[in-house]
Amino acid sequence: MSVRVEHLVRNAPGSARRLLNDVSLDVPRGAFVALVGPSGAGKTTLLRAIAGLDNFEQGALLLDGQPMGSMRDRARKIGFVFQNYALFPHMTVAKNIAFGLDVLPRSERPSRSAIAARVQELLELMQLPDAGASYPARLSGGQRQRVALARALATGPGLLLLDEPFGALDPIVRRSIRSWLKDLHERLGLTTILVTHDQDEAVEIADRIVVMQEGQIVQDAPPEDLNRNPQTPFVMEFLGESSSFSGTVRDGLMVPDEAGILPFSVPDTVPPGPITAMARPYEIQVYTGADLLAAQATVSLVAEGVRNGYRHYRAQLLERSIPFCVPDYTEGRVKYQDSVMLNISRARLFRDGVLCV
Amino acid sequence: MSRYALWAVTWALIVLVLLMSPAVVVAEALKTGLQPALASLSDPDAQAAIWLTLEVTAVSVLVNTLFGILAAWVLTKYRFPGRSALLVLVELPLSISPVVSGLVWLLLFGAQGWWGSVLEQAGIHIAFAVPGIMLATIFVTLPYVVRTLVPLMEQQGRDAEEAAMLAGAGFWNILWRVTLPGARVALFSGILLTTARAMGEFGAVSVVSGHIPGMTETMPLHIESLYNGYQTVAAFSMAALLAGMAMMAVLLRSVPERLARRKEAQA
Repeated sequence: MSVRVEHLVRNAPGSARRLLNDVSLDVPRGAFVALVGPSGAGKTTLLRAIAGLDNFEQGALLLDGQPMGSMRDRARKIGFVFQNYALFPHMTVAKNIAFGLDVLPRSERPSRSAIAARVQELLELMQLPDAGASYPARLSGGQRQRVALARALATGPGLLLLDEPFGALDPIVRRSIRSWLKDLHERLGLTTILVTHDQDEAVEIADRIVVMQEGQIVQDAPPEDLNRNPQTPFVMEFLGESSSFSGTVRDGLMVPDEAGILPFSVPDTVPPGPITAMARPYEIQVYTGADLLAAQATVSLVAEGVRNGYRHYRAQLLERSIPFCVPDYTEGRVKYQDSVMLNISRARLFRDGVLCV
Repeated sequence: MSRYALWAVTWALIVLVLLMSPAVVVAEALKTGLQPALASLSDPDAQAAIWLTLEVTAVSVLVNTLFGILAAWVLTKYRFPGRSALLVLVELPLSISPVVSGLVWLLLFGAQGWWGSVLEQAGIHIAFAVPGIMLATIFVTLPYVVRTLVPLMEQQGRDAEEAAMLAGAGFWNILWRVTLPGARVALFSGILLTTARAMGEFGAVSVVSGHIPGMTETMPLHIESLYNGYQTVAAFSMAALLAGMAMMAVLLRSVPERLARRKEAQA
């Protein structure tokens, strides 16, 4: 099922504060989209609006090109998994999963045996073949998560909406359920929209990432694009640790304000004037060339050990220290001395809060 | 050591305050043996009082259960102006003396009351009749179901219901299959509290009933009449029966919790 959101506006109840401010989003059939952003950015609000759980003041919402009909009509075409699972505690797992089928009007309801077969099929898909008779309280977080997913899938929806589905799971379960979910999405031919505040998760699982901030979409791009060309400093920071350096562009060179950082050439398209360069720790390099003047080489390095195959350092500038890292295997080949300069020529350039190309 | 002292004090209080009174009532009732006690209960006026009490209780419980569910639903699922005022108002019957609320009914429906003459002409009798007793009892027992349901439903939140809605369930399916089963322990508890309270209500009923033996006397009123008429054995027999019925209701409250625990242990 494709989803089209056009200029959606939703105010906080009883006030003029905008929870969603002119949001437009196009999700084609079969896409896996992750909505990311800090708390309060409007991710869940947008997801709930798409599900029809909340109203909106302005804009339009089209599912498969059609405006949304009554709740009952569209309900079975949308599977929704809540952050805290929202299982029915007084029903067995099997009854929970069968709920969407049990409440169908008699004329449309499958027979009991057909429902039981469907439930069993879903339980096996969720790798919980024996859980049918248990109550949700007996299950672990990861199992409840999968039961909630099975319940959402029971009526065969074309659209799956997931609200922070991995929030309460431990890291190992999270990782395994991620790849399993991606696989499920492809196998069932679903259109999936996932809300998460974990950018790593989004990058790993989704084929498109929508970054939200203060009720607006800041950037909507595939993960590689997002990483390569973050549109704003916010997106850059949100996607991972980064350091920013202010400076001035003149004569085709970016000249940093701080001592100890090498100027670097910028494309002709960047006009002269003040600018901010932002670089990730692995993009910052150390310059130890023979032509270094002692007066310039004011940066000293503090080693911080090895993590995840990277050797981490802090570079001590005059007024602050900058984290950076190099792949562990380069150790031994590059010799770090005490008085160096930093090369940040791989940094992205931002002016007035927008990426300069 | 201090733990045992605490136990001793607790038990002493329970025995003195809670167990003594029903024990004394039963002892007084059986002072002349079981036979006279049972005979006093089969007196026509006594029988009428027992039936009237059961009727009034059944109607009050039915009305207040339905009202309580709807009120709790509205109060917990929606935010609207005046909601907090309504939450306070629902508790009014707990804080107002039942005698006062009985007087209000008299003021409205009594022969000299606001609507008394109109109702009189229409041939409807509320004050000094069974409908008045029911109204008074319903008013006094109104808060119990609402007050036990509201905190639980508040804590449950909307998620389960929204999940049910997205699975295609309509209003009644959601209420019947999700909301009420989720709150069933609280609901049951509220219903039993209402039952116990409705059976025992004296003040409000006393004002509106007019104490007509065999007609408008419920069990508590009948006990008072008997006692004032020096029929000690009959009064205490009736009292023992009433206390027993109320205690049954309270004991029943613990049943669903125990059942749930057993089910949990089996699973």
